[in-house]
Amino acid sequence: MEYLIGIQGPDFVLVAADSVAASSIIKMKDDHDKMFKLSDNILLLCVGEAGDTVQFAEYIQKNVQLYKMRNGYELSPTAAANFTRKNLADYLRSRTPYHVNLLLAGYDQADGPALFYMDHLSALAKAPFAAHGYGAFLTLSILDRYYKPGGWTGEQDASLLSILNKRFILNLPSFNVRAIDKEGVHDLEKVCGREREREGRERESR
Amino acid sequence: PFLASTLYLCCILSCTAPDSVPAPDASGWSAGGPGGPDSAPGAGPDSAPGAVPLPFPTAHGTTTLGFLFQGGVLAAADTRSSCSGLVACPASRKVVPLHRHLLALGSGTSADIALWRRILARELRLYQLRHGRRLTTGGAAKLLALMLHPFKGTELAGPPGGGAGTSRGGARLYYVCSDGKRLRGELFSVGSGSPYAYSVLDEEVRWGLSVEQAARAGREAVYRASRRDAYSGNCVDVFLVTAVVYLIKHRENKP
Repeated sequence: MEYLIGIQGPDFVLVAADSVAASSIIKMKDDHDKMFKLSDNILLLCVGEAGDTVQFAEYIQKNVQLYKMRNGYELSPTAAANFTRKNLADYLRSRTPYHVNLLLAGYDQADGPALFYMDHLSALAKAPFAAHGYGAFLTLSILDRYYKPGGWTGEQDASLLSILNKRFILNLPSFNVRAIDKEGVHDLEKVCGREREREGRERESR
Repeated sequence: PFLASTLYLCCILSCTAPDSVPAPDASGWSAGGPGGPDSAPGAGPDSAPGAVPLPFPTAHGTTTLGFLFQGGVLAAADTRSSCSGLVACPASRKVVPLHRHLLALGSGTSADIALWRRILARELRLYQLRHGRRLTTGGAAKLLALMLHPFKGTELAGPPGGGAGTSRGGARLYYVCSDGKRLRGELFSVGSGSPYAYSVLDEEVRWGLSVEQAARAGREAVYRASRRDAYSGNCVDVFLVTAVVYLIKHRENKP
């Protein structure tokens, strides 16, 4: 029911996550941010079991920051992804495995944009595009069909998410969208339906 | 005196321990939730044989709610403690102040809630003594979530709860669950009656409510939930947390 998507462009990575925090049948929060900023150039998107997501993501986040404090330079996206995978793998066969599915997106000054797909069994794959959740069934094929390494733009992202509104039985009303390029992480405009926009404006005007 | 963070924690412990149903406790609540001694953990909450299983395991026999508005945080809860179909205590207190600016709302097994409430109150006080300032609402919610995390998955602790309070940043409302979820929001309801309360609240709650209107909205939501939910009922407690102190409304009887 939660949904993550990441798309790598020529010199950026676009990531989006739905913003619903649910508890059984109730939507407890509809402006929940599932992205964790590991550093100025790396975002970790994390969905999965309720408490595990935040605990694991914050653990990774703090360790990445600790590495920077100790060594004076930041982990690259590749290194951060492998570090995350190693932690997932170590906990996998312990008494307390973390049931989380992750996307790690980053921009390395040397290597360019990178998107990594990780799942709860601690698989790691670098991919040009990736998605988690039931919505992935609907959106990955579109990406397979239309993705070209040099040709993905932001507008196509919105149209991609509109297919979820059309075909997915669950209503995912709004999505947080961010882009990472050589200047860092940028918040993009939320993709949401009209009613949510109205509520958002109401909230902001307070 | 500096502004204290009011953290309103709803700790709801729902513990369906099949082999040890606590005896009805006259001095407090007893096990909330419909899980009886025969129901296995995680099984449908309906223990009657041949009953239609519910689509989700209902939590704790309670309706508690909290929402933010211009006057602070309003918290309301019912006062029924149930124990497998028996009303163990019709006058229990589910909204408990942790300190002057912090309220805890609990839903779940009363024993576990009482325990975690005391532990949290102790930790908050220790923090205040060590650091010279009170922990913010978010900090207290985080503390509780971290303390509960090691118990995740065990039958022992299962508190979903909410915390409401005012801190340096203003009024805050947090939802803390025993499975580790911690959400900051503007409107939460926890307990078996919460879906009913949510719908009423979503209709009535606006930021610009006056205190009287907000109290009425909270009371109405708890009342409506207790009409439909068997495990909520009796009276309604209404609390208001402002920047200065929390205020209690006189406990109202359900008509």
